[in-house]
Amino acid sequence: MISFKNVTKRYGEEITAIDDVDFTVEEGKIVVLLGPSGCGKTTLLRMVNRLESISEGEIIINGENSKDLDAIELRRKIGYVIQSNGLFPNMTIEENVMLVPDLLGWSKKDKRERFKYLMKLSGLDADDYGKRYPHELSGGQQQRIGVVRALAADPPVMLMDEPFGALDPIIREKIQDEFLQIQREVKKTILFVSHDIDEAIKMADKIVLLRDGKIMQFDTPSKMLAHPKNEFVSQFFGKDRAIKGLSLHTVANLQEIIGLGPVDETIQDTKTINVHQDLRNTLSMLLNQEADQVIVKDDNGENIGTITIDLVQKYLHFEIKGKISASQEG
Amino acid sequence: MENWARFLEVNAPRILELTIDHAVLVSLAIIVALLIGIPLGIYLTTNQYLADTVLQIASITLTIPSIALFGVMIPIFSIINQGIGFVPAFVALVLYSQLPIIRNTYTGIKNINPEMRDAAIGMGMKTHQRLLRVEIPNAMPVIMAGVRTAVVMNIGIAVIAAYIGAGGLGVLITQGISRNDIYMIISGSIAVAILAIIADSILLLIQKRFTKKVLAD
Repeated sequence: MISFKNVTKRYGEEITAIDDVDFTVEEGKIVVLLGPSGCGKTTLLRMVNRLESISEGEIIINGENSKDLDAIELRRKIGYVIQSNGLFPNMTIEENVMLVPDLLGWSKKDKRERFKYLMKLSGLDADDYGKRYPHELSGGQQQRIGVVRALAADPPVMLMDEPFGALDPIIREKIQDEFLQIQREVKKTILFVSHDIDEAIKMADKIVLLRDGKIMQFDTPSKMLAHPKNEFVSQFFGKDRAIKGLSLHTVANLQEIIGLGPVDETIQDTKTINVHQDLRNTLSMLLNQEADQVIVKDDNGENIGTITIDLVQKYLHFEIKGKISASQEG
Repeated sequence: MENWARFLEVNAPRILELTIDHAVLVSLAIIVALLIGIPLGIYLTTNQYLADTVLQIASITLTIPSIALFGVMIPIFSIINQGIGFVPAFVALVLYSQLPIIRNTYTGIKNINPEMRDAAIGMGMKTHQRLLRVEIPNAMPVIMAGVRTAVVMNIGIAVIAAYIGAGGLGVLITQGISRNDIYMIISGSIAVAILAIIADSILLLIQKRFTKKVLAD
């Protein structure tokens, strides 16, 4: 768990880079720091492992005040991933990944085992890639190594500074998925910096939206999209935020709440989608008019109903309206 | 051609001896220069103000003509009765080597990709671990380039040291000039050139051994 308590950073008298920031990253959750460039998201991240100093307030990491800990020890207990992967070109992949365990004095055997486990997580072959140098890997592979390197000494907390920012969109999406898969297994407490709204929506359990060092809103992605707190938040997510929000829901969610339409066996021109497909892609498919009927299949390949634009609209209506009335009551 | 052959037949042992003297003088000077220059260059990366001053002084040293510097050394080292010979030549060569060695060490480390340094600090490396494991290995090609410059330059400058009695291949050239002996001048010059080429090649091999293939590209 990482708690920010009234954290402020000033440069001299005039400039306040971080202004009274207060929020908590729950154990095993991903919080994304989101905002336009210069909003202080990276500075805030770097204050956690003391690469930046704190002017006022405190950061509590798993019950310990970061100020009371030795900076070197603190950093070794926190996984750190940066945009340009930061791999050391003079070291092999294995040396790179096992750097922190090495600094911590792990035995050769423990390091070897851990390396094999981590490479399995990354989906790269340990024997094949271990002896290679970073420049012999593609950008996507380097970034995968950058991520597992941060996991090397099994730190409870991870800081990720736009880790997938330098990758092309297709690879980025793939690695995001892989990373979420890994996270389901390792359940780290993660603070993640991004300037990409779609990435934030996809990765975050909660988003901290920052502007000029102040928190504009701290909420789950769906709440932030459905109920932006102020003009800045709604503008930041854009007019299409309802569509962006659809990517948080799947056909299964829709089925649970309003149900699917019946299958019309007489229509020949049909397409099928999986029940776990997100609604954003589903809607896009429906809008493309690719077929007269779109049939939803479950994981066993059984037809369980059909989906139409009307149903998506109805669901969206329910989601937003439903939550507005709920929040008004509360 | 016959004259050449006769000259070499008579003088070969002497040329070899002078070449060894020359190499020893330059090698000792470079070893001491490395012991001073590399730690100093590393230290300067942490002190910007001192870095500017030291690099300035080192640059000025290099602009002093070698014959003038040797001249200045004579009265200074006469105090300890070493006015001419090995000591003043050695000191002058150490001074001349400082600029390329300090500057390349300093620039090599300063120019390490800041993100790489950031990753090293962020992962919890102590200053000396960062230097030894990340910064120096990655700066190695630049540092070695400075060492090679210093060695080749010193092999040339050491020729002048013959004027203050430090021996070496300069003896052949200075004596050749005063005796108007063209064979002597040319054989001295060629020996110096060969020595420089060999030294540079050896250093290049060392550089390739000590810097990973990745960095040499």
